[in-house]
Parts: sequence; C-alpha cells; structure tokens
Amino acid sequence: MRRLPANFLLGAVLVSLVVGIAALSLVWTPHDPQTMSIPTKFASPSAIHWLGTDQLGRDVVAQLMAAARNSMTVALVAVLLGGSIGVALGLLASALGGWVEDGVMRLADLGFAFPALLFAIMLAAVFGPSLTNAVLAISFINIPIFARVTRASANQIWTRDYVAAARAAGRGRFAISRDHILPNIAAAIIVQATIEFAVAILAEAALSYLGLGAQPPASSWGRMLSEAQTLMYLAPQLAIYPGLCIVTAVLGFGLLGDGLRDITDPRLARAR
Amino acid sequence: MAYFLFRRTLGFVLTLLAVSVVVFAVMNVLPGDPALTILGMDASDDALAALREQLGLNAPLVTRYFSWVWNALQGDFGLSHSFRVPVSELIAERLPMTISLAVAGMLVTLVLALSLGITAAAQHRRAGDWGVMFLSQLGIAVPAFWLSILLVMLFAVKLRWLPPGGFAGWSDPVAAIRSLILPTVALALVQSAVLARVTRSSALEVMRQDFVRTARASGLSQRRVLWRHVLPNALVPIVTIVGMQFAALVTGTIVIENVFYLPGLGRLIFQSIANRDLPTVQALVMLFAAIVVTANFVVDLLYVVIDPRLKART
Repeated sequence: MRRLPANFLLGAVLVSLVVGIAALSLVWTPHDPQTMSIPTKFASPSAIHWLGTDQLGRDVVAQLMAAARNSMTVALVAVLLGGSIGVALGLLASALGGWVEDGVMRLADLGFAFPALLFAIMLAAVFGPSLTNAVLAISFINIPIFARVTRASANQIWTRDYVAAARAAGRGRFAISRDHILPNIAAAIIVQATIEFAVAILAEAALSYLGLGAQPPASSWGRMLSEAQTLMYLAPQLAIYPGLCIVTAVLGFGLLGDGLRDITDPRLARAR
Repeated sequence: MAYFLFRRTLGFVLTLLAVSVVVFAVMNVLPGDPALTILGMDASDDALAALREQLGLNAPLVTRYFSWVWNALQGDFGLSHSFRVPVSELIAERLPMTISLAVAGMLVTLVLALSLGITAAAQHRRAGDWGVMFLSQLGIAVPAFWLSILLVMLFAVKLRWLPPGGFAGWSDPVAAIRSLILPTVALALVQSAVLARVTRSSALEVMRQDFVRTARASGLSQRRVLWRHVLPNALVPIVTIVGMQFAALVTGTIVIENVFYLPGLGRLIFQSIANRDLPTVQALVMLFAAIVVTANFVVDLLYVVIDPRLKART
C-alpha cells in the first residue's frame, strides 16, 4: 500500500479527536456545562474540575465539550447547505453553458464581495443576532466557492469520451450530470468541503466572539473567549483553552483537506 | 488595452451596482419591519407609523433604492438614528482609524510574508522551509481575535509594555502609535501566514526556470538572484492573493477594532447593530463591500503593470 501523506495522518488524528469529543458530549460530559456554582467560581484544575471552573462556577471541560459539538454542528450544516446549493449551481452552469453559465459565474463573483462577517452583520441588524443567522451567513459564502470548484471540475469531465458516448446514446444533460459528472468530481468537492469545514469553524468562532453567533447560554468557543477577555487579569487561563480547541479543530480539518488533495491529485503533491 | 480597461471598469461598476442591490435587498426587502426592529415589540402603532414615515418606508421599494444610491453617490447616507448626526459624518470621523490599521497591517504583512516566503523557497526542503511552513499552517488556524487576546495578555497584562486597548487620539502621536502596535501585529500575523505560503510556492515555481540557473551561473549572489530575478517573476499569483487579502484585512479590522476597542468603522458597525441603527449599518456594509470589490478591481489592473505579456494579449 502507498504511504499516506503526513498532513493527512496528522489531520485525521486531530479531526477524530475533535469529532470524537463532540460526539461524546452528546452522551456524557464530566458535569452539566450550564450548571452554575458561584462558591466554586474560578476553581483551579482538580480531580473534580479537570480544567477548573469559570466566573460562574461552570465546569470548563464540560463547556469546551459542548462547544465542540455546537461548532461541529454549525460547520456541518453550513457546509452541507452552502455546498449542495453551490454544487447544484456549478453542475447546472457546466451542463447548460451559455448565458446560464455566465449568469451563475457572475453571481458567484458577486458572492465573493460579501465576506461571511458582512453578511452576518446584515442579518444581525435586520433580525437580531442568532446562531441561525450565523449559520446562514456561513452557508451563503460557501455557495460561490462550491459553484466555482464544481463548474471548473465538471467542465473538464464534459470533454471526456465517455461523456460523449453517453450523449450519443441519447442521455440528457441532467442525467449525465448526475451519473457521470458528479461521481467523477466528487473527490474535488470532498477536498473543498473539508477545507471549508475548517473555514466554517473559524467563522463560527469569530461570529460568536463578536456576539453575532451562539447566544447565551449556548456554549461556544468564540463566546467563551469573549467572556474570558474581560477576565484577563483575574483568570487568564480561561482565555487559553477555547483558543487551543479552535486551533486544533481548524488545523485538523485544514491538514486533512490538504492531505486528501495530495492523495486524490498526486500531480499537485509532487509540484509542491 | 483601452478595450481591456473599458471592460474591466464596466464590470467593476456593474458589480458595485449589484452589490448595492443585494445590500439594499437584505436590509429592506427581507421580512421584518425596520421600525419594529428599532422601537421594539412594545412600541405603539402610532409611534411605528411615525417612524416608518420618517424613514421613508412608505415609498415604493424601487424609489427608495434609487434615492439611496443617488444620495450615497453624493456622500449622503442618511441620518443615524442613534447618533442623530449624518452617517457620512460618523464615517469621516472613523475612517482614518480603519485605514491606518488596514494600511499598517498590509505593510507589515507584505514585509513579513515576502521575506518568509522567499527564505522558505531558498531553503527548500531544509529546516528553514519546514519552519516557515509549520508557522504558516499554524497561523492559518489561529483566529485573529484569539491571537489578539494572547498578545494583550503577554505585552499589556504581563510585561506592561503596551496598552491593552483603546485609543486616545492622534494628539499624542507616540501614545497613538503604541496603541496601534498590537492590533497591527495581530492583523498582520494571520494574513502573512497565507501570503508566505503563496510567495514560497510561486518562488519555487520560478526558481525551476532556466533564466534563474543562468543568473546563478553568471555568478550573481543568491540574495540578488532571489530578490531581483525570482521575486519580480513570482509576483502575479502573489498580487492576486494580496488583493484578496486586502479585502480580508479590511474586514479583519472589524474584528480587531472590537477586540482592542478602537474607534474605527468596525466598532461603529457593532455599536450600530446594538443600537438598531439600520441606516448606519446599511451604509457601512455597503462601504466595506465596495472596498472588497475595489481591491479586486485594482488587482485586475495591476496584472497588466506587472506582466506586460497580459497587456499584449488583451
């Protein structure tokens, strides 16, 4: 068997760790993440509270675990939602060509003018800040990214002989897109999805930090950091752990994405 | 060449128009009553009706859109509800802060990223290369706001070298610059992580070419080969990313200004959200999106300056 690239392996380990902890939090956390206990606030790490407690006496480990679950959920929903719309648009553009393709690509260009933050700001101003709006904003920026990747990869497949054969056999453009194009560009889409997963985790953390994402009492790494920032003099350790979690998760998915790309497109790997 | 400029400029103007339609649509067409958003659930019907009238919400959407664009083109973004002054005045007051931060951030990013990227390429597959690649992988994963908090904890709380945040104005330039150091570094470190990678791979690509071997063979120093021959030829992909990064940097200032309590546009946008000041939010979102679009347009034009071959082709 061919040796797997190091970035893929390291990424896989980090991702399993984060996803495993997020999954574990569904059935078990060392304490309830929301239970406050003022007498034991700012507790140091101990056998009971492994990483101590925060300003309201809530267990830090339990909160980090619940936040991992929320972060993974947000990223999953945002990438699936934005990704499926983007892939559909990209396939459509590639299958129909002409003005449809032009139109979709101009729309994608337009999408790039709005970073997730700006979109989230607009939604928050109109509807008030919420996690749903944050998810929508992150999904939205994924649409043009996936539309572009899909169209570019799909256009290559449309020139292949087996596609020409399918067309000669009288199959329609949509059937070909579904049965021949999509399976052959799946690798590129999965690579992109993994990388966008990392971007989505980072975006959720930033939006929640700014108060545009997860609202109290929901646990979020970003929100934990914004609370910890006001307590920097009292309890600096609280500003460390959530950041480490974000870096682990983002690094994990980023490396996994790079690794998958190296595996699925060896020409790129050699060029680097 | 003239045709190229014309096409690009037309595209730029059309994109700006499309952006303005999107901003206006999201802020005005989506279900939700701005008057209700501003006054809250328990406002009386009379008060709501009066505010709708004042905001011009009773006019048809299309009319409102065109008057918004027309006024905005003349620098009139309406009145801020919460500050009770023209939005343009608020923007003029805070723009210098955001611009200084973005420009300083971009300069530090360029210096850091180009040196790191070129060093890594020169050290290809040796310790320096791995070090730069590791740092940049890490830099991409570290959120700017967390890096800011860490910098504040180290340099403001522990060492007390620099202020933890806030800005007292330019009347004391030394104090002003001191309060901008940490925000600039936080902004630049994350950006340069991405740019260093692009610089490295682009430089590696160029270093494989024959003219670089010739330059080396003719006895030029490694330094001269790298900076005079490799870097200029590696610039096209770098400039693309720099354009995208300038956009990321400008939106990054929104986050950084809020971390460090700096009185710029990013802080204003959040105060306006908290105050439910929709005209201000709408103007600022448009402004930020316009900066992003303009940055991309400038990059398109720069290609021609950097790579004369593109000029010949267009």
